[in-house]
Amino acid sequence: MKGIIGKKVGMTQIFDAQGTVTPVTVIQAGPCYVTQVRTAENDGYTAVQLGYEETKAQRLTRGQLGHLKRNNLPALRYLREFRLRKGDASVQEGTKITVSAFAIGDRVDVVGTSKGRGFAGTVKRHHFNRQPKTHGASDRTRAPGSIGQTSQPGRVFKGMRMGGRMGNDRVTAQNLEVMVIDEERNLLAVKGSVPGAKGGLVVIKPASSTIKAGR
Amino acid sequence: MSNLVQALEAPAPEHPQLRPGDTVKVHVRIVEGNRERIQIFQGVVIRLRSGGNDANFTVRRIASHGIGVERTFLLRSPRVEKIEVMRSAKVRRAQLYYMRGRTGKAARLKEKRD
Repeated sequence: MKGIIGKKVGMTQIFDAQGTVTPVTVIQAGPCYVTQVRTAENDGYTAVQLGYEETKAQRLTRGQLGHLKRNNLPALRYLREFRLRKGDASVQEGTKITVSAFAIGDRVDVVGTSKGRGFAGTVKRHHFNRQPKTHGASDRTRAPGSIGQTSQPGRVFKGMRMGGRMGNDRVTAQNLEVMVIDEERNLLAVKGSVPGAKGGLVVIKPASSTIKAGR
Repeated sequence: MSNLVQALEAPAPEHPQLRPGDTVKVHVRIVEGNRERIQIFQGVVIRLRSGGNDANFTVRRIASHGIGVERTFLLRSPRVEKIEVMRSAKVRRAQLYYMRGRTGKAARLKEKRD
């Protein structure tokens, strides 16, 4: 089973021996513990539940503590499930999972929560073009323009793209390459950017593209 | 920048401390197919930017026919083989962009002697 929970640390760039520069996102991932194993018999599907980040016991409810105590695990702040695919080796409850579960060159998907933009207009939210800044358009440059026709149909169609809350959504960055693994500091660096702000929780799992291709 | 990001960055190479106004020779490793050779780019440092692995500096030289050529190098890149400081100049600015508008005698910098 491959999968880990972590926090986005920030971005930098790294050099290889030839001097090629690669932009990477550094993620502090794990150590995680297997808090529960979901089986087809018990739950109707197979998955592994991981817990991340030790915290004070008083910050959790008794129900949460009891769930962790079954395997004598410390108080863990976050619990996330990872589905097991056909052929994935299952793991024992209570196992510790670190960044060593991954290898350099692995392709992973990183799930995070995008930065919240609040109420955003159509230009930012849907990449509408802005209107002219001149020719009398003094206050219309970022307005959406027409949103419909005339008295026929006499209404705005459902799904019309308008302003609204943007960001703070679950976003998956797919097929990122693992560039660096630092077991000592529990660090992982993946090529490219990762959704969310620094310090945001991210879930790292094998790239869905590799699973479909059966690789 | 976070300490954890810094932990993954390459150790700072042992180049001499650069200052704006320094005339430097930058030995750049150039790979052509399978062959590798060293090219030297000599000019005046007009800009230094810090920032761990992103740290870079810009060197300006006057090529033939008085054409100014600027090249930016990543300070920690393994492609930068060696940096030699030929001379240092007394300058009062961190970015010497004013050198772009100068040619000939006006483009000289006063040497700093210590």
